[in-house]
Amino acid sequence: MLQIKNISKTFNPNSINEKRALNNLSLTLNDGDFVTIIGGNGAGKSTLLNAIAGTWFVDSGQIILDEVDVTNLAEHQRAKFLGRVFQDPMMGTAANMQIEENLALANRRGAKRGLSWQIKPEEKQHFIEMLKLLNLGLENRLTSKVGLLSGGQRQALTLLMATLQKPKLLLLDEHTAALDPKTAKIVLDLTEELIKKNSLTAFMVTHNMRDALKYGNRLIMMNEGKIILDVSGKEKEKLTINDLLELFNENGELNDSIVLS
Amino acid sequence: MLTFSSLLRALPGNVAQGMIWGIMALGLYVTYKILNFSDLTVDGSFSTGAAVGVMLIINGVPALLAVIIAFLVGCIAGLITGLLHTVLKIAPILSGILTQIALYSINLHILGNKANQAVNVNEYHLLLSLRDTNKSILVALLFAIALMLILYWFFGTELGSAIRATGSNEQMAKAQGININLMKVTALALSNGIVALGGALLAQYQGFADVSVGRGAIVIGLAAIIIGTVVVGANKKEHNFLLLLGSAVIGGVIYYIFIGIVLWLKLPTNDMKLFTAIIVAIFLSLPHLKIKKKEKKDATN
Ligand SMILES: Nc1ncnc2c1ncn2[C@@H]1O[C@H](COP(=O)(O)OP(=O)(O)OP(=O)(O)O)[C@@H](O)[C@H]1O
Ligand SMILES: [Mg+2]
Repeated sequence: MLQIKNISKTFNPNSINEKRALNNLSLTLNDGDFVTIIGGNGAGKSTLLNAIAGTWFVDSGQIILDEVDVTNLAEHQRAKFLGRVFQDPMMGTAANMQIEENLALANRRGAKRGLSWQIKPEEKQHFIEMLKLLNLGLENRLTSKVGLLSGGQRQALTLLMATLQKPKLLLLDEHTAALDPKTAKIVLDLTEELIKKNSLTAFMVTHNMRDALKYGNRLIMMNEGKIILDVSGKEKEKLTINDLLELFNENGELNDSIVLS
Repeated sequence: MLTFSSLLRALPGNVAQGMIWGIMALGLYVTYKILNFSDLTVDGSFSTGAAVGVMLIINGVPALLAVIIAFLVGCIAGLITGLLHTVLKIAPILSGILTQIALYSINLHILGNKANQAVNVNEYHLLLSLRDTNKSILVALLFAIALMLILYWFFGTELGSAIRATGSNEQMAKAQGININLMKVTALALSNGIVALGGALLAQYQGFADVSVGRGAIVIGLAAIIIGTVVVGANKKEHNFLLLLGSAVIGGVIYYIFIGIVLWLKLPTNDMKLFTAIIVAIFLSLPHLKIKKKEKKDATN
């Protein structure tokens, strides 16, 4: 269970660029919640995910993950609990390293790294089986450098890496935004499959309202560092794109980047 | 007299020296290629290794032990650059320069406040010396091979692969729970340890330690790495890591054979560093120039 209590974050305080990106935000996620997050540009969606991941520390408030107060833990310490996929497909993998080396790194997320060999022989078989699930033929390219893969392949691999060690929370920040529609669909379906199969708790930021409605059991809309809508279960199923558009309008936030189709 | 035999006679010495600089290049490889960190500490830590090695030997420490201690002192130099960068958030190049400058004074202290200190092969038992170039080549080769194997093993371990991940993609490394600051400090320490070890070997080979023996070490090391890369064609194809490490050592040897030829041709040695800098600049810019050429070609098509 994730508990976010009254977190605030102001960038560039006391300057002309001062920006309050998170405004006293509170939120509780139950285990197994798959939450889609929408909101206009600059609403604070990425900032919320970064606050959880520990990219920097919040100015005030508390973040508690399964009874562990992570508010003051460094980014690499929190990584133990978190799986992350970024918008930029280049961000989530090490391009100079092989597919199996990347997977081995991910398989040790949060574990001590010592002087034993980076990949155990028995791990390889497991990697091959996991890669087969992606249906991209990567299981035959274990020793290829990740830099040779396409954006979609890298994003699928990042997703696999994020879930290889079951995270307490999966953070997806527009992870299909840089992909072509067909690849985006493949990666999204894979996302749903992995979340279901491993019963993960997940946040997924998206600019695509259809996706926000289609995926997940809960939907959050953000504006100016606050949550302005939080619906789940049956209520979310009944929600339509028009409802969301109306809400955006009310907040003067209808914005080109909100993709409808 | 430009006789070919005089060139051949000088050759073993060039090979020995080149191999020692190749060892130094192995250290530089760790930061420059693996960690992706331009570390200027090396000019200082190479001299530190030379100074520590020589002072220990003339104070009765066995030569091999002196080399090992020089390695450890070099590690400390790298550690300091690492801390300047990771704790005090000073930019990589500046962190290295600060340590390098500080080391100049420290090296003078180590050398007993003298600019250089001799270690006579007749008085002390040295691992290598220009009196016996063949033995020196063999000893340098053994050190090079041992270091290559150690590096090959280390960068195949969990810790080593975490360092490689840090050099490849910091954001990814953090997301995998890797303490990137610790990785940077570790790699810098290891790198400068090897560089200092190279300095300790060179001082024994030439029979003295000089406070400025490491001046320009970064450029020589880069030259060795780059020449090696070109020789084994590593920029075109993917290569085994051991071969890449070996190419840096070979690059060092080729560089010193090149210097031997320059000396033999009686070209002005004062301009040697200028030549080196120009060559390194050309090779560093080659990938970029190739891209430009390709873009032009694509544009005209
Ligand atoms: N590291 C930072 N430094 C300064 N300002 C920042 C930083 N990160 C975010 N901001 C600012 O905080 C606000 C919220 O940004 P955030 O990236 O969270 O928006 P978002 O909802 O993810 O928007 P988008 O849909 O465009 O990705 C914006 O005004 C942004 O400029
Ligand atoms: Mg964003």
